[in-house]
Amino acid sequence: MNPPADARPRLSRGTRLSFDRVRHAHVLLYPEGVLFPNQTAIDVLRRCDGSNTVAAIADDLRHDYRAVELTDIAELLTQLSARGLLELDSN
Amino acid sequence: MPGATPEPPLGMLAELTHRCPLQCGYCSNPLELVGRAEELNTAQWCDVISQARELGVLQLHLSGGEPLQRPDLAEIVRHARREDCYVNLVTSGFGLTPERGGQLADAGVEHVQLSLQDADELAADAVAGATGAHRRKRAAADVITALGLPLTINVVLHRGNVDRIPDIVELAEAMGADRLELAHTQYYGWALRNRVRLMPTAAQLSAAEAAVAEARARSSNLRIGYVPADYHETYPKPCMHGWAARQLTVAPNGVALPCPAASVIDSLPVVNVRDTSLRSIWYEAESFQAFRGTSWMREPCVSCARRQLDFGGCRCQAFQLTGDPTHADPVCSLSPHRHLIDELVANAELGQALYLEPRRMRSAAAPR
Ligand SMILES: C[S@@+](CC[C@H](N)C(=O)[O-])C[C@H]1O[C@@H](n2cnc3c(N)ncnc32)[C@H](O)[C@@H]1O
Ligand code: SF4
Ligand code: SF4
Repeated sequence: MNPPADARPRLSRGTRLSFDRVRHAHVLLYPEGVLFPNQTAIDVLRRCDGSNTVAAIADDLRHDYRAVELTDIAELLTQLSARGLLELDSN
Repeated sequence: MPGATPEPPLGMLAELTHRCPLQCGYCSNPLELVGRAEELNTAQWCDVISQARELGVLQLHLSGGEPLQRPDLAEIVRHARREDCYVNLVTSGFGLTPERGGQLADAGVEHVQLSLQDADELAADAVAGATGAHRRKRAAADVITALGLPLTINVVLHRGNVDRIPDIVELAEAMGADRLELAHTQYYGWALRNRVRLMPTAAQLSAAEAAVAEARARSSNLRIGYVPADYHETYPKPCMHGWAARQLTVAPNGVALPCPAASVIDSLPVVNVRDTSLRSIWYEAESFQAFRGTSWMREPCVSCARRQLDFGGCRCQAFQLTGDPTHADPVCSLSPHRHLIDELVANAELGQALYLEPRRMRSAAAPR
């Protein structure tokens, strides 16, 4: 079920990553609610603009997090897409 | 947890007006509707929104009544976006012309929840109390999707439309919706008054669940949400995730409430944004503190393992059905009042007349 390495994920319509100046925290805002992503998720979400492939995002993040594996990122993307927050299809 | 400081709120429901061109008999708005003269003005709403953001509100739901009845809606939306709120418009679509839609999209509406009464045009118009309502809603959906705004279709389910879930799903797909929210009627306001005519049968409910499961399996593009029929459940809903825990409501006249139905609990002191800051309302108002946490609970809730899961259910429902808001929600099978619900559920198995009393304002002359 994980996305192919060449998929180019992007946030779904109506979903956006923002910085809450009141809580001093990144927030993912979407029609039904609010998520407080952890640092890895923030770094992944920032790159989900429809132009980066899953493989490129993973490569990019390996500079910052040596432990991060392609499978971890793929799993995060799968979870977000199951909640309708991310689109994975590569069109 | 007496004295514990609550978290900042995540969302605010701004009921900009109670005015509405439709008259849905299932409407959860209070029987005592606020008239136009009592509504907050533009500057007051903008100020409330700024205060809300400062307090931590991230999501702003602009609703009512019908928010499109407010000519200043786009101005309010623009202000909310400037404050960096996520702006969700909850509308019947009545009055959403292409011009109006364009203004609202420009102002920064980020998501639209459009309500439909039914998939069947005649039945839909009958429930809405307006001929042509259904057609105008379809036109409104076209406006929304043409603007590229994400669209959720909301349908309140009841005895009269619950058998048509497959048609409703098909219609939502045809309208280009991203999501469909099928929510069984919550019995507040006008819906409580019309309850015997709205309640589905157990057989209708199992067919509905099967229809939803089937539609979910088949439709990959449309996300389908389903809010079950409260009275037919064994445990109550975790109403509002607890009293005054995550959200607040501001009524058209500026009265601040922990939930849109809370005005029914007449023992709660009324607090208004016209004379109290939103911050002090959230952290200090008696009506917000009343049922926070679990210290207000009594048996069976106080010793129940589920009390952190459902928070004892809905305070308004407990009050409306038992006369005391500190009772367990009578939907709970552990509640000594569950027989009240069982009787209503049993009653729904008998045939009922389908006439719904239309939601309406009191005549203008009536004293408050
Ligand atoms: C009260 S309406 C106000 C906004 C607008 N007039 C509309 O109908 O969309 C807000 C939302 O609540 C839904 N609603 C109304 N009465 C309800 C009830 N008794 N139970 C559950 N949802 C209800 C409506 O379908 C709508 O999506
Ligand atoms: S639910 Fe119906 S009657 Fe109630 S505010 Fe919305 S459109 Fe108006
Ligand atoms: S007894 Fe109270 S806390 Fe326990 S399940 Fe019932 S309503 Fe919830």
